[in-house]
Amino acid sequence: MSDHDKIYSTKLQDKIERNTLLMFILTALAVAVGGIVEIVPLFYLPNTAMCQNDPTCNGTSHKDLQGNPIPMDKIIWNPATSQHKTLDEWQPGDGVRPYKALELAGRSVYIREGCFLCHSQMIRPFRDEKDRYGHYSIAEESMYDHTYQWGSKRTGPDIARVGGKYSDEWHRKHLKYPRDVVPESVMPNFFFLDKAMVDGDNTVTTMEVMTKMPFNPVPKTIYTDAYIASAKAEVAGKTEMDAVIAFLQSLGNHVKFEEGVNYRD
Amino acid sequence: MEATQATPVKYDMEVVRWFTIMACVYAVVGTLIGVYVASELAFPFLNFDIPEITFGRLRPLHTNAVIFAFGGCVLMGTGFYIVQRTGATKLWSNGLAWATFWGWNLIIVLAVITLPLGMTTGKEYAELIWPIDILIAIVWVAFGLNHIMTTAIRKTSHIYVSNWFTMGMIVMITYLHVVNSLAIPVSLTQSFSIFSGVQDAMIQWWWGHNAVGFYLTGGFLGIMYYFIPKQSGRPIFSYRLSVLHFWTLTFGYVWLGAHHLQYTALPDWTGSLGAGISLAMIIPSWGGAMNGMMTLSGAWDKLRTDYILRFLVTAMAFYAMSTFDGPVMAIKTVNALSHYTDWTVGHVHAGALGWMAMISFGAIYHMVKKLWNTEMYSDKLVNVHFWVALIGATTYVVAMWVSGIMQGLMWRDYDEYGTLTYTFVESVSAMHPYYVMRAVGGAIFNLGAWICLYNVVMTVRMAGAARVNAVPAKA
Repeated sequence: MSDHDKIYSTKLQDKIERNTLLMFILTALAVAVGGIVEIVPLFYLPNTAMCQNDPTCNGTSHKDLQGNPIPMDKIIWNPATSQHKTLDEWQPGDGVRPYKALELAGRSVYIREGCFLCHSQMIRPFRDEKDRYGHYSIAEESMYDHTYQWGSKRTGPDIARVGGKYSDEWHRKHLKYPRDVVPESVMPNFFFLDKAMVDGDNTVTTMEVMTKMPFNPVPKTIYTDAYIASAKAEVAGKTEMDAVIAFLQSLGNHVKFEEGVNYRD
Repeated sequence: MEATQATPVKYDMEVVRWFTIMACVYAVVGTLIGVYVASELAFPFLNFDIPEITFGRLRPLHTNAVIFAFGGCVLMGTGFYIVQRTGATKLWSNGLAWATFWGWNLIIVLAVITLPLGMTTGKEYAELIWPIDILIAIVWVAFGLNHIMTTAIRKTSHIYVSNWFTMGMIVMITYLHVVNSLAIPVSLTQSFSIFSGVQDAMIQWWWGHNAVGFYLTGGFLGIMYYFIPKQSGRPIFSYRLSVLHFWTLTFGYVWLGAHHLQYTALPDWTGSLGAGISLAMIIPSWGGAMNGMMTLSGAWDKLRTDYILRFLVTAMAFYAMSTFDGPVMAIKTVNALSHYTDWTVGHVHAGALGWMAMISFGAIYHMVKKLWNTEMYSDKLVNVHFWVALIGATTYVVAMWVSGIMQGLMWRDYDEYGTLTYTFVESVSAMHPYYVMRAVGGAIFNLGAWICLYNVVMTVRMAGAARVNAVPAKA
């Protein structure tokens, strides 16, 4: 028996090592399993905010303190059942809604400038995070966030609930020259956003794209043709600074959370 | 260079030479940008009010430059080198290898142009815009096809262990890149992921952690399994351990991404599953690290004289350390503290600087000597580079470990009245000394990359001059 024919491991392993195709196939199968197990269920289990064509979001059921299910349209804004029928009428607490035209334009600037590299948008269920940032984030709150922006690092604070915490004027000053307002800040100056105008056509296309998403698209009942058509006029004359501020002010006040209710199960 | 072998094979090594040289260039560029973005966090005036060089736009350029430019050139260069030598065959297609070289470098040039202009997908470590994503898929598949087909046409009976790891990397990165990049374009330079919220987060970290697992770990383990035995002149410590290492890593690593999302809006089971498997991964990782280290048993004295071996073995020590650090951070109670802090950054750089870059430099020096059939221009400089790299990496990692744990503790600290002790910005200003220390550590490491580039260029020039002088003698 020559050395090359000797089996040093098992017959199966030896066979694999001699056959490129067999090794390729087995490797391709082995690396697929973990991803399938962890990702696929997130498309059909409850509590994953997978809500397209299903108002129950795969049977998600948050229960109030008496144990009664909270109707999902209290969590996710539904113009058909809400007393506020349009995006302009929507009020904080009406439930999770998609971004308005100017906010969406601001979100594109937020992504472009890489803000998510230092600011998270995901509050964890800890006492200190509640005291510092507010109620923990729930899945439904980012269901319209195509290209999620949870972030992975807090070089700056979390901004998931920054909406309404500061005035527009504070944001303008802070975004332009952060150290004028917060001397210890290490954030870059974004004064240049004040000089750039929002691209109306891009905003309209972005809204159209959001309605065409295969998963959690913005319903056409919310981004109606009329609303999309009016978007260009909506953002006309606005600067990228205005847009980013509108985006920041829209964050975190959509759902009216009840004290003591567990929204994670 | 193989003329002394009994059955000479003329390998396709010119393309490997160019990948090797470009790897040295990108090591300098990638770490230099890293030093700059680190300095911006220590001294924000360095943003200079120029949008193109603000932290948010430059940081993706740093990560792309080190991972895809430096790491990519190392992986493709060593991949083509190892697969030919272990299979005693030329490349399946030398032309396709050259197309891969130019395609990959074109992608890097496009990244340098688009990222500072703010063209990004907004996905960490997958920032490049969709037309470049398509180009990456094409070039990556060209590399993969060529590598796997070269494995298929090998003259040897068994596929060598390095090529298993490279094959795993090729397959997995193809899956990850394709799925994570699924998006609907708004324009030529802008697109939005077809997934949102929970699903997008899970897919992003399935990508994010497996780019680490299969590209930055699996690919570089392929390097380890070839270059440590070659440089030390010893066979791999345990063949059976390498079989175990490969299959457990290939099957198990895929599950880890979920540990990036503990306590987020994802269902708890996902993060817990990720954490559990993360802990289990200590076993194959340390098995692999031991396999690399113990290969030196009986030859430890070589570390005294062989500076290249120092790089390779130190890399294994960092690999063992990072693969302990990582699972610890995946434990839920530790993650509650470490997540969102600089500890993560420290962990990544223990891996990137200590493990991947060190094993890469070791492989580069080894290959340069073989590829140009020469000694190094200066062995002393290799040794200087080793110490500079080690000091730089350690300084960086220690700074981030300390600042990360400090951040985590400050954020959750309560005073005697039951209110938060520190405002957020107090934690920011407390980080300043560590951010300076990090930039200094990075700069020291960058100096090492310059030394490597200088030494390699001088070696190539020296080898070229020797060849010219040798011509009349041969004639």
